[in-house]
Amino acid sequence: MLQEAAFTEAKAKAKSISGAELMLEALEKENVEVIFGYPGGAVLPIYDKIYDSKILHVLPRHEQGGIHAAEGYARISGKPGVVIATSGPGATNVVTGLTDAMMDSLPLVVFTGQVATGVIGTDAFQEADILGITTPITKYNYQVRNIEDIPRIVKEAFYIASSGRPGPVVIDIPKDIAATITDTPAEQEMDLPGYQPTVEPNYLQIRKLTEAISRAKKPVLLAGAGILHAKASGLLKEYAEQQQLPVVHTLLGLGGFPAEHPLFLGLAGMHGCYTANMALYECDLLVNIGARFDDRLTGNLQHFAPNAMIAHVDIDPAEIGKNIPTQIPVVADAGEALSQLVKQNGKQPEHSEWMERLDGWKKEYPYFYDEEAPSLKPQKVMELLYKKTNGEAIVVTDVGQHQMWAAQYYKFSNADRWVTSGGLGTMGFGLPASIGAQLADPSACVIAVVGDGGFQMSTQELAVIKELNLPIKIAVFNNMALGMVRQWQEIFYDSRYSHSKIPVQPSFVKLADAYDIKGYVINNNEEAEKILDEVLNNNEPVLLDFRIEPNENVYPMIAPGKGIHEMVGVKK
Amino acid sequence: MKRIITLSVRNRPGVLNRITNLFSKRNYNIESISVGPTELEGVSRITCVVLVDNDRIIEQITKQLNKQIDVLKVADISEQSVVARELALIKVMAPPQARNEINSLIEPFRASVIDIGKDSMIIQITGETEKVEAFIELVKPYGIKELARTGTTAFPRGTQRTNSSKTYSIV
Repeated sequence: MLQEAAFTEAKAKAKSISGAELMLEALEKENVEVIFGYPGGAVLPIYDKIYDSKILHVLPRHEQGGIHAAEGYARISGKPGVVIATSGPGATNVVTGLTDAMMDSLPLVVFTGQVATGVIGTDAFQEADILGITTPITKYNYQVRNIEDIPRIVKEAFYIASSGRPGPVVIDIPKDIAATITDTPAEQEMDLPGYQPTVEPNYLQIRKLTEAISRAKKPVLLAGAGILHAKASGLLKEYAEQQQLPVVHTLLGLGGFPAEHPLFLGLAGMHGCYTANMALYECDLLVNIGARFDDRLTGNLQHFAPNAMIAHVDIDPAEIGKNIPTQIPVVADAGEALSQLVKQNGKQPEHSEWMERLDGWKKEYPYFYDEEAPSLKPQKVMELLYKKTNGEAIVVTDVGQHQMWAAQYYKFSNADRWVTSGGLGTMGFGLPASIGAQLADPSACVIAVVGDGGFQMSTQELAVIKELNLPIKIAVFNNMALGMVRQWQEIFYDSRYSHSKIPVQPSFVKLADAYDIKGYVINNNEEAEKILDEVLNNNEPVLLDFRIEPNENVYPMIAPGKGIHEMVGVKK
Repeated sequence: MKRIITLSVRNRPGVLNRITNLFSKRNYNIESISVGPTELEGVSRITCVVLVDNDRIIEQITKQLNKQIDVLKVADISEQSVVARELALIKVMAPPQARNEINSLIEPFRASVIDIGKDSMIIQITGETEKVEAFIELVKPYGIKELARTGTTAFPRGTQRTNSSKTYSIV
């Protein structure tokens, strides 16, 4: 009798399970909270199982919106964003988001459906070679060939996506494999002999760096998004204070160091502030932690930190020396490197002269705009948003002028409050990314700062905001133009505004109304004050159509090809 | 300058695509690439000959290759003492009256004739690229009908004369 019971128990344990169920079980094991997915033919077997799944499934209104939402989720939560798209067009619609995540090192696990194994390669209905298409824009990709590999592949995908330098991983699942039923397969270990990210820094390099800092007269610390991925903003502050190092941020690094801290110089790069850029130009020691010397940061490489010794801490060895010759390379996780550096407790540099100089610049060259102007200035709007949220909101942006104003005027006091498309500069990113950001932190005040151009690339996602009743505040910086394009045409193309001014614009308030979302048109400072007070703390989505000064430009600016010290528009 | 890079890679679907993609994405110029299985099951060896302008580029190439998840090992063996070989098959016009003459060229190059037709023959030659190229130049005047080359495959020698091997990985 007993034996028989044990036998049936064992049999029940080795239960039959489908590929789709194996996939969802694996997702549960990874503690996935939310899937951004869009069904279709090749993923029907998966969606049949999602019907019974406990994991929250969000239906974007376009796959591109889904993957950008997953990026926003990943940036705020620090966990991989999960996406499902069907084969063919569903899969090709996530290509932009994959590239964006690859450029900005965001962890994603993206499942794409594929036609049945028997017809792969026959140009079957909705077939696309998604492995071929996504190879250059993913950290890694898989096509599932055997159903029993699914649990291992999912485990590996999450590990690859979130470890080392994070990035997107695609798993392509043919329809028949998702539908096949099999006995629960034996557990397989991860099998990645060629993947061992270096996390611990080399001790000798840490010593070298510590000595270089103690000898420096004009040191500066450049902090990139590597600080955020490593969750090392606390250590960064501790280290900067211990060594009294001035800190500048890259666009993507914002929030890693408190903006109101006396050691903070500001944003560096094409639209960065005078002090940060001049500090990079004149320093004698540049310590880069977790940034990749992107061209929008460095300007013309010949004029970038020309007299400085360069130290570069990066988890990706291929970034070190890629653009800038580096004297002190440190391959490591930013957090591990910082904690080792703090432990060294090296001698502070003797740099009082330098610090005074920097403070002088800070006072003399702050960001500026015409505060007395009668029109609604975008910088003023950003300042208001900053003040009225005490610098604690999650700010998600699209790409263009408004993005730069947000980066300049919103002074982040905390890490992981800033979501923007940096490397790829993807218009249409902001609105869907704000959905993911809000889902990652439901109690946070999320502001989606978007331009009128980029907003119209993903307005369909308003439906998701309404459906989930996410209290996102959508601030449309409406200048009836593709502002950054217009600015470049004004400056570099003799004001020949070729297709940058949008002649016909819908009423965004009516559009919001169509989705049953409240909307307001805001024409001047008084309205801005009043309406922001009214809506910022309510618990529902709101669209704010800020009619900003249409001819406003972003300054300071480093023209393409110019050095980091050749900024224009630095002073009133 | 010419550089020889050897890679051990896991033999997974799409791995060659990932490697060649990386070269085109980063705008590196491959002169030849050869792939084949190794003594280990599931591991392939890729030998790339690349043309680069300076050491920084080759450093970037090796780092980018190293970063690939299916790549187990990367080595730039250009500075080492290596044995490098490639194989070429040359179908050359060879009417009966020219055959003796061609044969006399074949011998010093240690090439061999592997097929003879009515008025052509196929010659097989193995060796370093320079030797193969010299031989091709020599037989060109007879008229080359078809030519196929494998690209270089290479090993460091068992004994290195001096320890001059350059390593590019940092730390």
